[in-house]
Order: sequence, then structure tokens, then C-alpha cells
Amino acid sequence: MDDLISEFLTETNEALAELDTALVELERASDDAEILARIFRLVHTVKGTCGFLGLPRLETVAHAAESLLGLYRDGERQVTPEGVTAVLGAIDTIRLILTGLAEAGEEPRGDDSPLLARLEKLVHGNGEAAPGASASVEAEQPEAFGADETGHEPAVAPFTPLARTLPEEAPGPQAAAPGASEAGLPVQAIRVSLPVLDELMTLASELVLVRNQLLQVARSQGSTPFSAPLQRLSRITTDMQEGVMKTRMQPVSAAWSKLPRLVRDLGQELNKKIDLVMTGGETELDRQVLELIRDPLTHMVRNSADHGLESSDQRLRAGKPETGRILLSARQEGGRIVIQIADDGRGLDLARVRERAVERGLATEAAVAAMEDADVARFVFRPGFSTAEKVTSVSGRGVGMDVVRSNIERIGGNVDLQTTAGRGTVLTIRIPLTLAIISGLVVESFGERFAVPQSAVVELVRVGSNTQVEWLDSAPVLRLRGQLLPLVQLGPLLGLAPYLEGGAPVEGFIAVLQADTARFGLLVNGIFDTEEIVVKPVAPILRDLQAFSGNTILGDGGVIMIIDPAGIARIAGIGSNRVAQAHGEAAAKEDGGAQLLLFRAGGSPTPKAVPLGLVARLEALPAASIEMAGGRPVVQYRDRLMPLIPLGAWAQPTGDAHQQLLVFQDGERMLGLMVDEILDVIETRVALRPSAEHAGFLGSAIVNGRATDVLDCAYWLRHGDPAWFGKTEQMIPRLLVVEDSGFFRQIVVPALSTAGYEVTACVDAAAALRLRDSGAMFDAILSDIEMPGMDGFGLVAEIRREGAWSALPVVALSSRASPKDVMRGRVAGFTDHVAKFDRDRVLAALTRALSNMSEAA
Amino acid sequence: MNAQLLEMPSRHAAVDDSRLLLTIQIGGRLCGIPVPCVRDVLRAEAITRVPLAPAGVAGVLNLRGRIVTAVELRSRLGLPPAEKGAPRMSIIVEHDAELYSLVVDGVREVISISSERREEAPATLAETWRAHTTAVYQLDGDLLIELDPARLLAFGRGAEGSMS
Repeated sequence: MDDLISEFLTETNEALAELDTALVELERASDDAEILARIFRLVHTVKGTCGFLGLPRLETVAHAAESLLGLYRDGERQVTPEGVTAVLGAIDTIRLILTGLAEAGEEPRGDDSPLLARLEKLVHGNGEAAPGASASVEAEQPEAFGADETGHEPAVAPFTPLARTLPEEAPGPQAAAPGASEAGLPVQAIRVSLPVLDELMTLASELVLVRNQLLQVARSQGSTPFSAPLQRLSRITTDMQEGVMKTRMQPVSAAWSKLPRLVRDLGQELNKKIDLVMTGGETELDRQVLELIRDPLTHMVRNSADHGLESSDQRLRAGKPETGRILLSARQEGGRIVIQIADDGRGLDLARVRERAVERGLATEAAVAAMEDADVARFVFRPGFSTAEKVTSVSGRGVGMDVVRSNIERIGGNVDLQTTAGRGTVLTIRIPLTLAIISGLVVESFGERFAVPQSAVVELVRVGSNTQVEWLDSAPVLRLRGQLLPLVQLGPLLGLAPYLEGGAPVEGFIAVLQADTARFGLLVNGIFDTEEIVVKPVAPILRDLQAFSGNTILGDGGVIMIIDPAGIARIAGIGSNRVAQAHGEAAAKEDGGAQLLLFRAGGSPTPKAVPLGLVARLEALPAASIEMAGGRPVVQYRDRLMPLIPLGAWAQPTGDAHQQLLVFQDGERMLGLMVDEILDVIETRVALRPSAEHAGFLGSAIVNGRATDVLDCAYWLRHGDPAWFGKTEQMIPRLLVVEDSGFFRQIVVPALSTAGYEVTACVDAAAALRLRDSGAMFDAILSDIEMPGMDGFGLVAEIRREGAWSALPVVALSSRASPKDVMRGRVAGFTDHVAKFDRDRVLAALTRALSNMSEAA
Repeated sequence: MNAQLLEMPSRHAAVDDSRLLLTIQIGGRLCGIPVPCVRDVLRAEAITRVPLAPAGVAGVLNLRGRIVTAVELRSRLGLPPAEKGAPRMSIIVEHDAELYSLVVDGVREVISISSERREEAPATLAETWRAHTTAVYQLDGDLLIELDPARLLAFGRGAEGSMS
């Protein structure tokens, strides 16, 4: 039998058992909204699952029952015993069909019209069904119940051949009952309840501890007759522990296996072309967690296909590829598992969501108008909220997202949604690593041990003569290969010891950690081994602690808390809380913001900012060490003469005063930028407003609520040392960047400037062509593909067609670089094609393009 | 004693209207914990501190492979911390399907006590005590305070679980 079907049978039988109980409860307390909501969800799940398995009869019955239940849930109909009977009738019919399905592998034929009519009547009418319809259902019921209650049916059946000629609901398959249907399945695997596995796991852990104690005793005894058997016991224990752990772990792809088929069938039903891409399926998840996210995932993918993606026509009209894409990815990130479902569809209609929220009385008009879009989008997680215009059998009853959220929050996770109109929607589920096995690095801070998920550890650094911690006022930082890394003092952060005073000597170890968005160094006193640990959730009273993702028992029997790097970063104020994860990984990383060094210079009160990553070091020079050479200030620094450039007005400090310095370094070359005062290092997302007039600055931005000038490093470096980029002024290649997204301009332009190009940026093809017509000349052009108005292909065709630029190398910058796109680009006239986010590849492509040019010349 | 008190619902009703209490010692006072919710009694050793935990949480400990959160009753009842090195005992109780350890100064015997001796906690009892007390019993020459484990373990927001 089809695996999908057999699994569906097992699941549905469980759901049905639950339904029976719930319905009986409902009859007792007819206005209990919670029970109603639960019943509704159960039926919805049954319907949803059978919908894509191709079980039309089952789906019809479930859909009819769901419609009635929906009215009950929304309070539009009073629950009547008659209604409950009808729903119970529907459930019995479902069970009947399932039994047939288990035996024959396909739906038994039969006529459900009386039942459907009755349910229909209850939905549309005033609840009083016509006696005729009622009677026909009643007529079926006794048989159905009779067969369940007593075992006499099989005995009767052989003697009443007439029964065989009845519709399939008749006793024959009925008598088989659910138990028999399960027996019919091939026994390849058995279901073991999770408590049993939990118990086994506990016992195995305990066994390990006892084994460890025994080994310790044995070691002190020297050779005894017990030694050999003890060795064997030890090995078996290890194997057993591993085996038990394995029973709990499953790759997340186990929850995905049904999705390709689901998406395919949905695509056919909705007449859409859908491409489902799945990555990270090997990420291991605790089975319990997996079970709990299976349904939410199915709902979410179904929603993306149904609501998220537009029809082929709409997509083509919007200039998108005809085939819609749903990207499903899973990865372990610090102490959590992150699952994303991204579609490139139309995005949420936020205006509609706002309206709907007001209609549903979830918020006032004024409140929704003032809300940020991100918060508005979250309304879709409210119960009963659906913006679908028409109710399809696929979704749109306002049950999906509410179930998704409640299921995920039940396991201590969260779900969030980002949406961009016309670009699509990304749903992000973060679930804790509860019970997942991870490799943990054990660190020590002020006598306490903690485990850090090894996956978050980038490297370990010992603070010593070679690596020294330096202070930015009261904030310790570490220079690591030319980069400044903010440090978090673990002990003080956890309240184990007071914070070190600024400038105090620092000893110990630094674990460089990569949290969700930020990279930072964790300052600890000691580092021990790594151990395979089983993450256990903390007790409810400790669940609010952001710093820890769980706890575990080490081999020596001690309990140890597991640090959540993202939580630590949040407490320490590193990285932003609102992680905007737009499209895919790369964008998410860029979007998280940049670390900026804030300072004051040139006697101006306006703070200035420079990306921290560009600054190699910070120095405070004694005034006396500054010398003048050739009329310019220089300093002997690390056995070299380093030129110093003032940022604006500068007077040589006198006496004991110190000169603050930002040191830039590129290989052997160094340069000091003299500033008045270092203010802060912050992590922020910068909305840069370019200013052409202010030489030496890229523009201004609001940072920490203050207008701040953002430094154009390339300008100052060239200013201080014309040979900085290894080229003379005339040799500096001039580059035109055509890119509609302000965000990417901010990323790409400074990156290229610092790499030694003179960069001019245009927002669209039209602006670029105006430049050409005005006689501007460049050495190379870098152009985006997808742009409003004329796209990159059009632009390159126009450039090649005529004018002074026709022979220039033109490199395509694209978020998509499939071989097909590259081919199309080549045909259109692009010299090269690179992915937008990859700085090194962009630079390499430019160098290549320019050197080909000079060779050709 | 009035009739109403006698009818007070007792969650773990014992036979004959009498209750089984495990008597414990905290800060020189005699207290009782209902026996039905007690799972184990052991020496309070090897408790791992949990930094930033709510006040009153002593830490976590390993109870035969299960991680159990330890709650310091002295802190919950507003008493000064125990002297360093003083022996402490840990009573393992079950609450909402989770195990917790209640850390106390000492454990004595289990007594069966008739509800006739039961009194409501006097209004003059300090709030930190009254908030966690079910009843007070008159013993010969002593008073026994029955503590409610559920209330001892109700840590404000902790009950709701976290969203982040």
C-alpha cells in the first residue's frame, strides 16, 4: 500500500478517536468555544490531508462537516443535538471509508448524499432539517453503531447475503473495525509512544552515569577480574545510549516527504506552476518536535501555494517568471532550529489585512493605521483570521495560521512573517533545540560551567601576549585579523562577578560566536572539552531566561546550563532584535545591519560614523610621538612611518594629551585618521541619504537618533596616500553602477570604493543612458538585471547598440545567476554575470573585465 | 472549628479525614508538606546555580538522569539564607508533571494528622508565609505549618512560558 495512505490512515484514526471524545464533550457544554475550535481543527486537518491524497469521497464528507462546524465556531449557529448527531454521522462515515481504504487501498464506493444533504440543510437552513433527510440518516446510524458495539455482526453477515448488496457502508467492511484495518498494514515499523522512549532515554543516561562511576572505581583498583567485563559493559552502554538517542532523532526531511506531492497536486488543482525547492533536509530534529511541526509546515506550504503565489497570468503580467517558487529551508542556528518557507509571490495584501483586523474587531482603525507593516502582517496568526476572498477546499477558512502558531508556541518556538508587496512572503519558524543532540563546548566563568553550542563557535582565542583585549571606554574589544570584535564578559553579564573597569587587564579565553545576526567574542575564564550533549528544556519557571536555551547532564553527572548565543547577544545589546530576514540567507545577513564606529572629528559636534569592519585598530598616541615630515604629520608606528591625516581642522595636541587615531591597514600599508573622540560602537541598519557636496563623506544617516556623517573611507585614504590603492590617480578605474535598490547601492558602492574604484551610481537604466548622452565616460559598468522600467538586458542591448560605451565591459549583477540567466546575459551583451551579494566575486569579475580590456587595447 | 472549614476541599484527600504530612524544618520552624506530592527525599548536594534565575531558585540538579529545578524555601518564605556549609535536604515534589526540589534545613518524620486540629493561617502571619500556607495544625507543644507546594512553585511570569 502507498506509504502516504498508510500513514494517513494511522494519523486519521488517532484524530478520529480524539474527535469522538471532543464531540461528546461538546454535547455536554455546547457553548464551549475551545472545544469547538479543537473539533473544527481536527476535521480541518482530516479534510486537508485527504484533499491531496486524492480521496474525493472522504474530502466531500469532511468538507461538509467542517462547514457546519465553522458556523458553530463563529457563533453563527447554536449547537444542537441534531447538529452533533449529523457531525457524528459524518465521522462514522469517514471511519467507514477509512476501513474500506485500509482493506482495498482505495475509497469504497457509496452514496453519502443523505448525510451531505442533512449537513447542508443545517448549514443553510435554520437548523431544522426536513424529516425525510433526517430519517434517512437515522436509518443509517443504527447499523453503524450496532456494528461497533457488538461483535455479532461477523456471525450474522455470512447468513445474510442481502447485506452484501447494500451500499458499502454495510456490515461487511464495518465489522472489520479499525483494529483489523491496522493489522492489514505491513509491519515494517511499529509506533512506540514518546513517553516510553523518554523513559528509555532517562534509563540509558542513568546507566551511563553508573558506568562512569564504575570505571572510576575500577581505575583506582588496578587490574581486577572485573576489568574485562566492565570494558564490555562500557562499550555496550555507549552503543545503547547512542541507539536510544537515535530513536528520537529524525532528519527534518521526514516531515517534508509529503510536500512535493502536495505542491504538485495543489499546482494542478489551482492551475499554477510551482517549483518547490528544499534545502537543509538533513538537519536533525527531535522526533517529538518533528511531529509537532509537521502539520504547521503542511499548512504553511499550502498557504504559500494557494494565497502566496499568483496565477501564471498574473506572474507574467508582473514581469516575474511564470513558475512560482517556494523555498523551504532548515538549518540549525545557535541554540535553535530555523525553518523558513519563502515564496516569491505577491506578498500579503496589508491594506486588506488592516481592513480585516478592523472588521474582526481586533483593533481600531486608528490603531491599525499607526501600526508598522510588520506588526500588521502578524494579524494573520490570530484565530479566525483569513484574508482569502473565496473559500477553497485548499485553505482559506482562517484556521491554518492560527493552528500553526499555537502548535509552534506549544513547543517553545515562535513563528514570524515578513512580507514585501509583489516580492513574496517569508515565514520563519524558530524552534528550540529541545532534546536535540548537539556538540557543546564547555566553558568556565567564575567557577561555574556552561555549555556553548559548538555550531555557534567560530574560533577560540587565548588572551595573551599576542592577542590583547583593548578598551573603547568601558567596552572591551578584540582585534582579530584587522577586525574589531565586540566582547561580552560572560561572568558579569550573568551577574557572577562585577564588570571589569575600562582599561583593566584582561585574561582568559575568548570564544568567537556567531549568533543570529551578530558576531561577538565571549570572554570566559576557562575552556574545557567539547561533549555530545542532549539538550533538555528548562523547567517552566526558568523559561523566561534569555541567556539559556536549555540544560543538560554532563558525563560526570553534573547539570550544566546551555548558553544561547543569540540570547546573550540580545542581553548585551549586540545585534538588533528585529531581524528582518527578507529573501534567503544572504539578504538576511546583510539586512541585519552593520557595526558602526561612532566618533567626533575636526572639532565638529556632528558625530561621524565608519563601518567598524574597515578599521584595523584604534590608537591613542602621545602628542610627543607625532612628527612632521614634508609638512605632514606622521608617526613611527610598528617600525614604520605611518602618515596621519586630520579629518577637518586639526591642531597638534600638546603636553600629555593623546591623539585619537583610527588606523586603516591594507597589507603593508597603514594610515592613521586623526579624530577628536571615539564615541561608541553600535549595530544598526543605516538608511543613508547621499550628499554630493560634502567631500569625504558618503552622506548622512540617522544613528541613535542623531544626524551622523558617514565617512567615505576611500576618499580619505586616497587623500592621505595617493598610492593607497596601488594605482596613481589617473589609473583609478571609473565604474558606473546601475542598481535600483537603495539598499544594495549602499552595500555595493562603499565596497567598490574601498576596493579602489571611483564609483558613480545610477538608480535606473534611463539615468545611466542620460549620463552616456551627456558624455560621461567609465572604464566598466556594473548593472542590475531586474529594474523597473528598462531592465539590465535592455540596458546592455542599448549600450552595445550605439554610443561611446559600446565597447565597455558590462558586468551583470544579479540575485539569480542560473546558467540559463548567464546564457541570456551573454546573448544580450553582458561581459560577465555575478551574484549580487558576493563581494569577492564581484571584484574578481571587474578585475577580469578590465584586464581583458587593456589587453585588447 | 466551624463546619465550613471541615468541608474545605482537600486535593489529596486521605482516608479518615486525616492528612499525611512530611514534617520539615525551616529556620527553626516546623512545617509540613502533603505526602502525596512528595516523590523523594535526598541530601541537597551538587546543585548547579542558574544565573539570572528568579529569586528563590536555588539551581538545577540531576535526579537520576532527570533535571530538576531546586527552589530554596528559605528565600520563598522570606528567611535569611542558610549558613555556609550547613547541611540541607531536598524534597522532590511533583507539580504539573514536572519534578521540583524544595530545599529545606532538615526533614523529620511523616505524621498523620486529623483535620480536627486544622486551623486557618492567622491573618497576622507574615505575608511571605501566608502566601504559601494551606493551614496551621496544633500539635502537642508545637505548631505545624502546612505549606502548599503549588504556591511555593508559582513564580510570577514563569507559569506562562516564554515567547521568545
